[in-house]
Amino acid sequence: MADATPERRTDYGPPHYEQFLPPIIKENYGKWKYHEILKPGVMVHVSETGAKLYTIRASSGRLISINKIRMYCDLADKYCGGHLRFTSRHNVEFLTDKKENIDPLIKDLAEMGHPVGGIGNAISSIVHTQGWVHCHSAATDASGVVKAVMDDLIEYFTETKLPAKLRIALACCLNMCGAVHCSDIAILGIHRRPPRILHDKVKKMCEIPNVSASCPTAAIRPATVDGKPSVEIIEEQCMFCANCFTVCPALPIADPLNDGISIWVGGKVSNARHEPMFSKLAIPFLPNNPPRWPEVTTAIRNLVELWAANANKYERMGEWIERIGWPKFFRMSGIEFQKEHIDDFKHAGLTYKRSTHLTF
Amino acid sequence: MASKLPSTPLLDDLEKGEWPSFVKEIKMAAETNPMCEDLLGLLERSYREKIGHWKHGGIVGVMGYGGGVIGRYNDLPEEYPHISHFHTMRINHPSGWYYTSEALRKICDIWEKRGSGLTNMHGSTGDIILLGTTTDQLEPTFSDLQKIDFDIGGSGSDVRTPSCCCGQSRCEWACYDTMGACYDFTMAFQDEIHRPAFPYKFKFKFSGCPNDCVASIARSDMSIIGIWRDDIQMDKATVKEYADGGMDIKSDVVDNCPAKCMDWDGKELTIENSYCRKCMHCINVMPKALAPGKDRGATILLGSKAPIVEGALLSSVMIPFIKMEPPYQEIKDLTERIWDVWCEEGKNRERVGEFIQRVGMGNFLEAIEVEPIAEMVAHPRENPYVFYEEYFEEDDGEEEEKG
Repeated sequence: MADATPERRTDYGPPHYEQFLPPIIKENYGKWKYHEILKPGVMVHVSETGAKLYTIRASSGRLISINKIRMYCDLADKYCGGHLRFTSRHNVEFLTDKKENIDPLIKDLAEMGHPVGGIGNAISSIVHTQGWVHCHSAATDASGVVKAVMDDLIEYFTETKLPAKLRIALACCLNMCGAVHCSDIAILGIHRRPPRILHDKVKKMCEIPNVSASCPTAAIRPATVDGKPSVEIIEEQCMFCANCFTVCPALPIADPLNDGISIWVGGKVSNARHEPMFSKLAIPFLPNNPPRWPEVTTAIRNLVELWAANANKYERMGEWIERIGWPKFFRMSGIEFQKEHIDDFKHAGLTYKRSTHLTF
Repeated sequence: MASKLPSTPLLDDLEKGEWPSFVKEIKMAAETNPMCEDLLGLLERSYREKIGHWKHGGIVGVMGYGGGVIGRYNDLPEEYPHISHFHTMRINHPSGWYYTSEALRKICDIWEKRGSGLTNMHGSTGDIILLGTTTDQLEPTFSDLQKIDFDIGGSGSDVRTPSCCCGQSRCEWACYDTMGACYDFTMAFQDEIHRPAFPYKFKFKFSGCPNDCVASIARSDMSIIGIWRDDIQMDKATVKEYADGGMDIKSDVVDNCPAKCMDWDGKELTIENSYCRKCMHCINVMPKALAPGKDRGATILLGSKAPIVEGALLSSVMIPFIKMEPPYQEIKDLTERIWDVWCEEGKNRERVGEFIQRVGMGNFLEAIEVEPIAEMVAHPRENPYVFYEEYFEEDDGEEEEKG
C-alpha cells in the first residue's frame, strides 16, 4: 500500500448536492405543484411559479464505461446547461427548461444506443447486481441476463401500454445486493448443490466456530478430517443460502451443473393501494444458458403478457394475483405447481391456505 | 487500439439488440485499458463454463478507513494477470444522484488514470461504483478523490452510504426534504460509515412519500418515509377537469382506495380523511387535482433486509409521524439508542430486523425506551403465551398497606 499523502483528509463526506442542481431546480426547490407525462420517457414538472422542468429518462445500463459517462456529459452540456442525474434504477435523466431541446436530445440518445422510456405504466430499467463480471458468490450472470430480458421486452420500456408499473429486479445470489425480494418480477440466481469442503484450507482460511454459527439450519459441525480440524456438512439440511461460503472461502458452492435461476412474482414496495408485498416463487428453476438465457426471457415475457392481458388498470402483478388467487395464476400461466413452491422455513404455516375461498 | 481484443463469440452476441450493451461498454474501455481486455476474456470463459471466476475479497482498503473498498481477485491470475486484483471502490454519491458534467468528468479522469475505466452508475445501495483496480492504486485514487471532494462510502459491518429519492428537488409529493436529510445524516455519521463497528450493516434510506421510490421499506434498516397527517389537498375544479377529460373517477380512483374513504357522485369528489391511509393512489392518478396535506413529516420504520440469514423482512413502524426538521435530533438519538442495544446484544451478521425478531419487539422497545403503540403492529397477538415478568405473592398486599 502506498504512503498517505501529507495533506490527507478523511471523513469529509460527499460533495453537497446543491452545487450540482440546475438553476431551475434551485429556484423551485420545494415549490413543484404537479407533473405530467408528455410521452414515453418524458415528463414535465410545473412549479407554483409557473416554471416548467422537462425530464428525459433514458436507459443506461448499470455497467458503463467512463467513455459513456463522458458522452452523457457532452449531451448535458449541449442541451441541459451541464446538468444530469441518475435514478434509483440505473436510468440516466437529462433535465432542461427548454422544451425545444427534448426531441434533438432523444435523437442523440437514440444514435448512442440509449432508448428513452421507463416512466409511467412501463417497465423501468432492471435493478441488478454484478454477476460473473465481478462477484465471487454469483450463481448466474447479472448484466447478460438483464440485457437479454430487456432486449426482448424493449417495447414495454419505450411505450406505456401496460396496466400499471412493472418493476423487474435481478440478484445473482441469495445475498440479494439487488434486493429483489419486493419486485413485480424477480430473477434470482440460486445454487442447488451443498458446498464442497476444501479440508486443507478450512483451518487456514476460516474461523470454524463462526462457520458453524453461520448456518441458519445448523447443518455445519466442526469435524476432524484426516487429522486436520475442519467441518462437516449435513447435506440434507442445506438450503443453499451460501452464508457459510460468505464467512469461509474454503466452502465453495458455485457449481455449473446445478446453478441457475428462479423466478419470483408479485412483490411491490410502493404503498399505493395495496401495502408493500414480498415476491413469491413462480418458477423454482431455469438453467443458466448464456449468452441469451432463452428459457428465462421466454418465461418472463409470458408472465408480463399474461398479467398485461388480464390485470385491471393500475393493478400491479401482486395485486392482480391476489385478486384472482394463486391456483388460478398457476392454471393461467401453465406453470406447474411443485413441492418447491410450498414454504418450509420459518412461519411457513402462515402461507398455507386457511379458508375455503377457492376458485374452480 | 492498445492490442487485439480476445475472442468472445458468446459475449459478442450481447452487442446486438436495442437495450444498451454492457459488452460494448467493456470493449469501449478496453480500447485503452488492458484490464478490460482481460475482463472480456475472463467473462467469456464464465459464459462458456457457467461459473464465476472471482475469489473472496481479502482485506484491502485505504488508510484510516475500514470500509468502502471491496477486495476482489480472480482465480486464474496467470491467465488474466491485468485483473489478478480487481478491487471495487464505493464512492459516496451526492444526494439525489445529481451531477454537473464538470464533476463527472473529473471522476472519469481519475478512473482513467487509476483503474479499469468501468463503473456502475450506480450500485444498489447508491454509491458510485468504481469497478476494478489494483491494490497499489487504492490510496492514490483516494488521494485524487480528496482533491475533488468526493469521499468513500460504506461497506462491511458499518453504516452504508445513505440514499434518498429526488424529493423536493423535483417532486411535488415530497413530504420533507429528503436530499437535505440524507446529506445531514451522511455527514453526522461519517465515523460510522468509514469504520465498521457493528454486528452487521446498517442502512438508511429516505423516501419523500409512501410511493417509496428508493425502496426504503424493503431495503433499509431505518426507513424514513414522508407522510402527512392532515387532509389531502383537493382542487375540486381540477377533479372535474379530469372527469371531463375522460377519466372514470369512480373506477380509476374511488374503487382503488384501500380505505374506501372516497365518494364520487358524478359531480363532486369527497374524502373522509380520518380514514385515509395515505397510500398515494388517488394523488398518483390525479396529480394536478390532489396533493398530500400541508402538515407533513415522516414515518420511521425499522428492520427491512434481504433473506440472508434468517429470511427477508420489511420494515415496521416505530414512529408513525415525526416532523422532519434539521438537525433531526430525535431520530438521531433514537438511532444511537438502537445501535447501543444492537451492538451490545446483536450476534455476528445479525441485522437489526433479525435482532428484533430474536429478542421480541416488546423487549426491544423497552431497551430503546420507546412506548408500544398500536400503529406498530398489523394486529395484536393471536396466541396467549404472554411473558409476564412479575407476579403477586400473598403478602404483597400487606407490604403495600404498610407502605
